[in-house]
Amino acid sequence: MEKYAIYVPRLIKKQENFAPGHRACIGCGEALAIRLAFKALDNNVIVANATGCAEIFASQLPATSWHLPWIHTLFENTAAVASGVEAAYKVMRRKGIPLPENTKVVAIAGDGGTSDIGLQALSGALERGHDFTYICFDNEAYQNTGNQRSSATPFGAATTTSPLGKKSIGQFSWKKNMPEIAVAHNIPYVATACHSYPFDLMDKVAKAVATKGPAYVHILSVCPTGWRSATDTVIRLGRLAVETGVFPLYEVENGKYKMSLNLPKLRPVKDYLKQQGRFRHLSDDVIQKIQDRVEIEYQKLLEKAKNGSKTTKRKSRAGAGKVPA
Amino acid sequence: MTTRVGIEVSIAVADAVRLTNADVIAAYPITPQTHIVEHLAELVANGELDAEYIPVESEHSAMSACLGSAASGARTFTATSSQGLALMNEVLYVASGMRLPIIMAVANRALSAPLSIWADHSDMMSVRDTGWIQIIVENGQQAVDNIICAFRIAEDRRVLLPVMVHLDGFNLTHVIEPITLPEQTDVDKFLPKNRFPLPLNPDKPVAMGGFAPPVIYTEAKWAQEVCIRDSKEVILACWDEFGRVFGRQYHPVEKYHSDGAGVILLTMGGISETASVAIDEMRAEDENVGQVRLRLWRPFPFEELRQAVKDAEIVIILDRAISLGGPGGPVASEVKAALYNQVKRPKMVAFVGALGGRDITVAGFKNLIKKGIEISRTGSQNEYEIYGVRE
Repeated sequence: MEKYAIYVPRLIKKQENFAPGHRACIGCGEALAIRLAFKALDNNVIVANATGCAEIFASQLPATSWHLPWIHTLFENTAAVASGVEAAYKVMRRKGIPLPENTKVVAIAGDGGTSDIGLQALSGALERGHDFTYICFDNEAYQNTGNQRSSATPFGAATTTSPLGKKSIGQFSWKKNMPEIAVAHNIPYVATACHSYPFDLMDKVAKAVATKGPAYVHILSVCPTGWRSATDTVIRLGRLAVETGVFPLYEVENGKYKMSLNLPKLRPVKDYLKQQGRFRHLSDDVIQKIQDRVEIEYQKLLEKAKNGSKTTKRKSRAGAGKVPA
Repeated sequence: MTTRVGIEVSIAVADAVRLTNADVIAAYPITPQTHIVEHLAELVANGELDAEYIPVESEHSAMSACLGSAASGARTFTATSSQGLALMNEVLYVASGMRLPIIMAVANRALSAPLSIWADHSDMMSVRDTGWIQIIVENGQQAVDNIICAFRIAEDRRVLLPVMVHLDGFNLTHVIEPITLPEQTDVDKFLPKNRFPLPLNPDKPVAMGGFAPPVIYTEAKWAQEVCIRDSKEVILACWDEFGRVFGRQYHPVEKYHSDGAGVILLTMGGISETASVAIDEMRAEDENVGQVRLRLWRPFPFEELRQAVKDAEIVIILDRAISLGGPGGPVASEVKAALYNQVKRPKMVAFVGALGGRDITVAGFKNLIKKGIEISRTGSQNEYEIYGVRE
């Protein structure tokens, strides 16, 4: 830890684009992920924010946590709003209207705003090729409205609309693979990240924003409130999601897959599931089912990454620091 | 001096947008708005209009892209119709609530079900309370002129509200009319550059669209109400200036032989011109009838309306939209409400008709007026009459 105190200020800048004092829950992974993502960027960024936790906890009139120009309009349209901003800057610049140089547009939304209600607008914006970055902060349910299931909620998780009951084991469907949907648009950059790997997250966000054309970053954001987990396990749970293969970290650059970490062996998913109240009810059979599925999906991903380099230069930074289970 | 040429109204509307040198057009195709956006796409493709044309994947995204564009300070236009307008609904409230000067042409069309692509005012009425300034035109020339005016009104610092220009689908959008397109130099002089006061700009960060707790929401809405009410002054000044420069003058309530008329027919939109012919014929037959047409739907022109009908005994109102299970048509409801507290008020008879592209002919209007006069004398058990229905 002492070494970090010495080196971290040299590796990342001090400036915050997302100020503290907002109303996020204790131990909010999303607030941390947002802070890190925008710490990776300069202040030449315009933010379009979908309705959701982050929008609500950081924007109650007349206050804001944002040091950047920021717009929130609705739930499902943030990619379209970002399209409008990007197009406006493009044409105004062309017409010689004085504007700050190298302005970047970043759209942010939760998993519901991305993989459910906002999917159409996102698909449209990616397909049209706008020069912008879309970041999904995935806390795996509609946490802002009180932990209702989304298509990003993992199989077996108990939420308020996929409750545990005599005839229900919780979420009945497998998590929608949003990064793959983004990849299917043939955009130049797609990545997954997690706040528990801060340097990796920041590198990927910086890379996404520097990419010409659309970029998509999917960030797993641990939500102790909705996941029914202890507020001091946020970083650990993020690590475990990655180390068990539940949420693999990877990049897809111009169609080429690269794993961000070299994991010789995946930890059992049980290590990850058992620390969360939302999975507390799962029997060994169901856990095995999840284990099998995770392994199949992880293998598929490794196959795709085979053609790319086995590891990336980011490996050392992403893997820095071991977390005890 | 410009000359009048025969041109399809949709093409002329697109040309009017070209004359405003709009920066961003985000649109999704829907009949009968298509010719407007097709021609705009063509103008951009040919380099005749230096704009970004965003071919969005839905009307919801069309209006959402317009939000982003207008918030960035770009001159922004879109067009839609019917289901498209309905799909935009929630975004329309945001456009006005965030005070974004977006211009939209609406090719008025019926709402499904049953599916109908033809003209009526159902779509317009479904967005009545969205906080947009709403102008209705009756012919192609008015459409062109008011598109240009709409930009000047919307972008005025005292207003900063979105503006809809309504024109009937097909009956107006798809007909060829003699239209004078203003000269570019005149439009440049008439329409100042868009200077949105607080755009999204990294040099001066602003946060737009925060959420309002109960302690703020009422004040925010009242501020918006004061703003749209006060916009009438700017609208009137804009139309006066337009009249001086281009020689065509517009009013919130257009009068046609209504001064001194005992019976006044009140209409909106393209069908008003047919109604005017009926008025001509009836006046030739020594009937003391006149007509008023609403040009400005929002802000509602209370004073002008009261003035226009103050001497009439009977006002017959035709709605091209139906408020199901309610008092009939929204226009009649509002006209009645506007006149109710007047010491001297006319008898008012409400009709709903010309729905989903059903025509009312000159003879039909004469019949409607006569029926209206009769009902005003005999009274009726009905809140309103539906005109021309087969039962």
